[in-house]
Amino acid sequence: MAKHKMNLMVCGGTGCYASAKGDLVKALSEELEANDLSGEVQVITTGCFGFCEKGPIVKVLPDNTFYVEVQPEDAEQIVKEHVIKGRKVEKLLYKHPHTKERISDSVHMDFYKKQIRIALRNCGIVDPESIDDYIAREGYQALGTVLGELGPQKTIDIMKESGLRGRGGGGFPAGLKWQFAKNNPSDEKYVVCNADEGDPGAFMDRSILEGDPHTVIEAMIINGYAIHANEGLVYIRAEYPLAIKRLKIALNQAREYGLLGKDILGSGFDFDIQIRYGAGAFVCGEETALIQSMEGERGEPTVKPPFPAESGYRGKPTNVNNVETYANIPVIINKGASWFASIGSKNSKGTKVFALAGKVNNVGLIEVPMGTTLREVIFEIGGGIKDGKKFKAVQTGGPSGGCLTHKHLDTPIDYDNLIKVGSMMGSGGMIVMDEDDCMVSVSKFYLDFTVEESCGKCSPCRIGNKRLYEILERITDGKGKKEDLDKLRNLSTVIKEASLCGLGQTSPNPVMSTMDNFYEEYEQHVTDKKCAAGSCKSLMSYHIIAENCVGCTACARKCPVNCITGEKKQVHEIKQDLCIKCGNCMEVCKFNAVTII
Amino acid sequence: MSSVKVELHQKDVDKIKAIAKEHHNEPEELINVLHATQEFFGYLPAEVQEIVGEEMNVSAAKVFGVVTFYSFFTMTPMGRYPISICTGTACYVRGAETVLDEFKRQLNVEVGVTTEDGKFSINCLRCVGACGLAPVVMVGDKTYGRVSPDGVKDIIDEYKDAE
Ligand SMILES: Cc1cc2nc3c(=O)[nH]c(=O)nc-3n(C[C@H](O)[C@H](O)[C@H](O)COP(=O)(O)O)c2cc1C
Ligand code: SF4
Ligand code: SF4
Ligand code: SF4
Repeated sequence: MAKHKMNLMVCGGTGCYASAKGDLVKALSEELEANDLSGEVQVITTGCFGFCEKGPIVKVLPDNTFYVEVQPEDAEQIVKEHVIKGRKVEKLLYKHPHTKERISDSVHMDFYKKQIRIALRNCGIVDPESIDDYIAREGYQALGTVLGELGPQKTIDIMKESGLRGRGGGGFPAGLKWQFAKNNPSDEKYVVCNADEGDPGAFMDRSILEGDPHTVIEAMIINGYAIHANEGLVYIRAEYPLAIKRLKIALNQAREYGLLGKDILGSGFDFDIQIRYGAGAFVCGEETALIQSMEGERGEPTVKPPFPAESGYRGKPTNVNNVETYANIPVIINKGASWFASIGSKNSKGTKVFALAGKVNNVGLIEVPMGTTLREVIFEIGGGIKDGKKFKAVQTGGPSGGCLTHKHLDTPIDYDNLIKVGSMMGSGGMIVMDEDDCMVSVSKFYLDFTVEESCGKCSPCRIGNKRLYEILERITDGKGKKEDLDKLRNLSTVIKEASLCGLGQTSPNPVMSTMDNFYEEYEQHVTDKKCAAGSCKSLMSYHIIAENCVGCTACARKCPVNCITGEKKQVHEIKQDLCIKCGNCMEVCKFNAVTII
Repeated sequence: MSSVKVELHQKDVDKIKAIAKEHHNEPEELINVLHATQEFFGYLPAEVQEIVGEEMNVSAAKVFGVVTFYSFFTMTPMGRYPISICTGTACYVRGAETVLDEFKRQLNVEVGVTTEDGKFSINCLRCVGACGLAPVVMVGDKTYGRVSPDGVKDIIDEYKDAE
């Protein structure tokens, strides 16, 4: 990297990849070539910068210029103006949504101001396919310290002192888990990285693996050494082809450099890592189900205890940690436990990565210190609600979590606080909802997910969630009764208490939290048969307001089922029995003549 | 199970044997083997599952149990242009459902079904991680972002006349 005067860092994350209308890396390389600059300027594909909303992103080093929404046709201007003449391409700089001022360095953007990057420290900075890049940023230094100076127990002590808790959802202290696994004597032990990332709305782990795979590998080796395991496995979703490809490249490089294999760095310690693929089952993210799946079985959870630390993969002591948990570990070793413990809140140390999505202006991947408030995340980093709408709720914790509302906006985010207010940290999905989102439909959405993903092993979860779903469906169809609301509550309590694994134990959370925070909305659905958010189709119909309609025919032309009648310049009318409530007419009418009743 | 009988040629059988061998015929590697097999055949009909079972030293019933447990595995062939609509939470709140409805209406097939001409099939995906572009639709490997019901026709048209 050093021998080049300038580097063009092109985001190679899935989000940016998908928003590019062509091959941006190729366009930039060709343009450099054409200007005889290939020797001096290098194009590097990096991991996710996080600001997916404005992708594709190109960052220019060393001057830190941050270009947004770059398309292949902009390559010429970037090279001719910026690279050759040193003039920034104004139109590709981020425009502040209010002041309209162009901002060239990402550190001055609201999106980045409150962020601290530990787990994501290398994402967007190193070339994920180059081990040398990683090494140049203190990579594998922690491994050297652990093997050469610390030894297993001191390493675990540092983990304990740091206060690092598992980022996969449970929040269990990582150091303590390692200690259990170390203390259980066995001829064979295993280290497993959980990269199943099943929460539908989360992509933290994928971004880490795509952007900085070596950090996970380094941490797994450290983990293996600390608990006396010689084999590691990464259980990764098959839906993440790019992450898989980069991980494979990184594993091969680590082997070539003698960082995996026999006698690592002359320490006498042997360790290697294999990959196992998930196949689209959410419950396999649960550690006991994951172990079943790694053994080639159906991914059904087993009773705990025994915990994996006693009897896991192949019946041997196994330590399972999440991708993001691992990504923190090399830094903790390098910078020390007290440095890490100085960040965050009392019982939740360090940072958390969130996939911020839904109705916010700045969708993307963010990393904030624990204790940051929801308000800061949504309104400062996220830039507020899209299209000037009103904030209604924020969902954290995925299908296991809950919907929080206005009154929780100033809650500092950490493991314990989120549980206190009826949600949970989960793995880091954070979905923002506005006034158009119906909370009954949202909980139905999550229940639909749970019903599909329940492994079926125990009846409270298998049957109970199905019943919950049916009740919610009744309510959104306008056939709900007042008693249904009590039924929802009671059934939720039973499912939570009687289910075997974490999936069933948390699946009613979306229902319970929306009932706690939006009870009047449920009532409205069952008593008034109204959906104020205008999202339950059975509870609404489209009508044309005669006074406003000028007869422009726009709606009639856009109606997919041709159910709007009316002559040109005459008032139009919707035939209710044919209308499929697609909303097209409302969208195209420029005269506010279509309304929902 | 699907009722269509699939005739396997010797070279198909050899391919499955080779895949199993690459994974050391180790029962633990069943899922990895099924991934590789599905990648080759496009789906996993009963006849293929039987041979996988034989090669991996597990019963056909167990292979079937695993195939049906994991949603990534399919026993019916997909369309030449498989359409996947992301129904993750971010896409859901940004209107994925109306996009899905529009695909179903225009192609006149349900989720998991292939059109009669074998061209298209519709499936739902849980979060491809491009939430910034929600709602997201994939056709094969190509990703379409910020899809509205209005844009559905254009996407279909792109493939309709392609061979
Ligand atoms: C239904 C369910 C799904 C889960 N999904 C994931 C997941 O996708 N990724 C993950 O790391 N942990 C997941 N977990 C948590 C794991 O069981 C386990 O606690 C975690 O991998 C441990 O790693 P950590 O301590 O580093 O977080 C899930 C748990 C449950 C109950
Ligand atoms: S709670 Fe649900 S997912 Fe968990 S074991 Fe029981 S049926 Fe399976
Ligand atoms: S688009 Fe609006 S104004 Fe035009 S015909 Fe339809 S309802 Fe009337
Ligand atoms: S909602 Fe859709 S189907 Fe109904 S009248 Fe309007 S355009 Fe036609």
